[in-house]
Amino acid sequence: MGKLFAVVLTIITVVSTAIFATRVWWLPTDISLHGPRIDHQLVETMVSCGVLFVVSQLSLAAFAWRYGDRRDGRPVKAFPGGATPMVVMAVVLVGAEILALTFVGAKLWAGIYQTPPDPNSLAIDVQAEQFAFYFRYPGPDGKPGATHPELMNEATENYFGLDPAHDTTARDDIVVPTLTIPVNRPILLTLRAKDVNHAFYVPELRIQQDFVPGLAIPLHFTAVQTGKFEIVCTQLCGLGHYNMRAYVEVMPQDRFDEWLKEKVAQQ
Amino acid sequence: MRTHFIAVLATTLVTGGLVRPAPPRAAGTISGKVTYTGTPPKMKPIDMAKEPNCATAHAAAPVLTENVVPGPGNSLRWVVVYISAGDQGSTAGTGTIRLDQKGCQYIPHVLVLQPNQPLDIYNDDPHSHNIHPLAKLNPEWNRSQPAGAPPIHTKWELAEFIPVKCNIHPWMHSWQVVLTTSHYAVTAEDGTFSLSGLPPGKYTVTAWQEQFGTQSQDVTISGTETKAVDLVFKATPY
Repeated sequence: MGKLFAVVLTIITVVSTAIFATRVWWLPTDISLHGPRIDHQLVETMVSCGVLFVVSQLSLAAFAWRYGDRRDGRPVKAFPGGATPMVVMAVVLVGAEILALTFVGAKLWAGIYQTPPDPNSLAIDVQAEQFAFYFRYPGPDGKPGATHPELMNEATENYFGLDPAHDTTARDDIVVPTLTIPVNRPILLTLRAKDVNHAFYVPELRIQQDFVPGLAIPLHFTAVQTGKFEIVCTQLCGLGHYNMRAYVEVMPQDRFDEWLKEKVAQQ
Repeated sequence: MRTHFIAVLATTLVTGGLVRPAPPRAAGTISGKVTYTGTPPKMKPIDMAKEPNCATAHAAAPVLTENVVPGPGNSLRWVVVYISAGDQGSTAGTGTIRLDQKGCQYIPHVLVLQPNQPLDIYNDDPHSHNIHPLAKLNPEWNRSQPAGAPPIHTKWELAEFIPVKCNIHPWMHSWQVVLTTSHYAVTAEDGTFSLSGLPPGKYTVTAWQEQFGTQSQDVTISGTETKAVDLVFKATPY
């Protein structure tokens, strides 16, 4: 039985390591400027955890193979000092590894999320609600209109609660359900939630950020590749959560300008 | 004596309380047109990118918002015109009313029914919808209806103007208007309407538009005449 366990454990270890090592199961292609740093950190984390995983699993398999079928109940050898120093040592070693990964990861995270956005960023407001995302561009005047929650009305497509009757800056605001952005230009999103917690996750952009009701959360990035990618909500937000998605469409600057003109004309 | 009693009873049955008298044959009609003055809001194209089935279905001609649907000659579509006071000769609604969800739209945009009149709601799309009537006087409910699910059989008990939304597709919006009178109409594309079968009397005709509110007018019908009534809303672009 001990030998069978050792064989099964070895197979599981080799197969699961191979899945990651050969990148059969991996993130989609990165299309963001900051993405390579995330991917590099992810690889470092996977390698350090992976080495420990392989060593510990194979050691376990080796011990199970060698001693698993003994039935006399005699200890082979005792850890020096007994069980207590063994547990303390394990906690310290594992703790040190987790702490090291946390520090390295936090530094990287802060370097992306906590740095100020480029002053020339294209500012877009994002509103998440059950069960859709909406994006608002300030329009030709460059000023976004004030929002009034009591004026939100889905029947008139007033998802942000704008007051065009009294607020002239709101009249040219463009509200769309697809995040349309130019390639190679810094983008600054401000995330707001209308009802409950939601999340903005675009695997290709290497971005995942929660929406929290009552908070305006800034998020900046630059896409370096054109294409259409899915935005999904990764916070369980209600009955229709499974269907809460939108798309980000990254296009060349000239096509983006045309798109913007077309939207302005529709206002 | 006995013969006399039977004769009296028969006369009472025929002419009196046990047999309901037929409504008077003389019935008039109110017909006309609902229009607006001023500038109505633009009908905006709806982007259904979130639901690829619907986005593809409407790729050639995007669906437009229907909160205000202007037509030729400043007419207004989807306005409910009904007798709001002086109603007589109304009958209970018995026929089943149908609401469809097709191409991520509610069809029709405005439907009228009477208390306890059967309403069947169908999902004709290859994906789920979630019907959510935002009733205040009647009990509010919301129900999921997956693709291929049987129709939802329901009804409303109280008169009310009920906005309806889909919890999955925020742009889907419609109205279910529950009226006690059977004298009602929803304006056509050219804003016209007709209320027929009105016994002689004095009536108040009210037109209801989801964004502009109501407009009323008093009308007196005598005999079988047809009275023309035009109702005008003041439109604002926002």
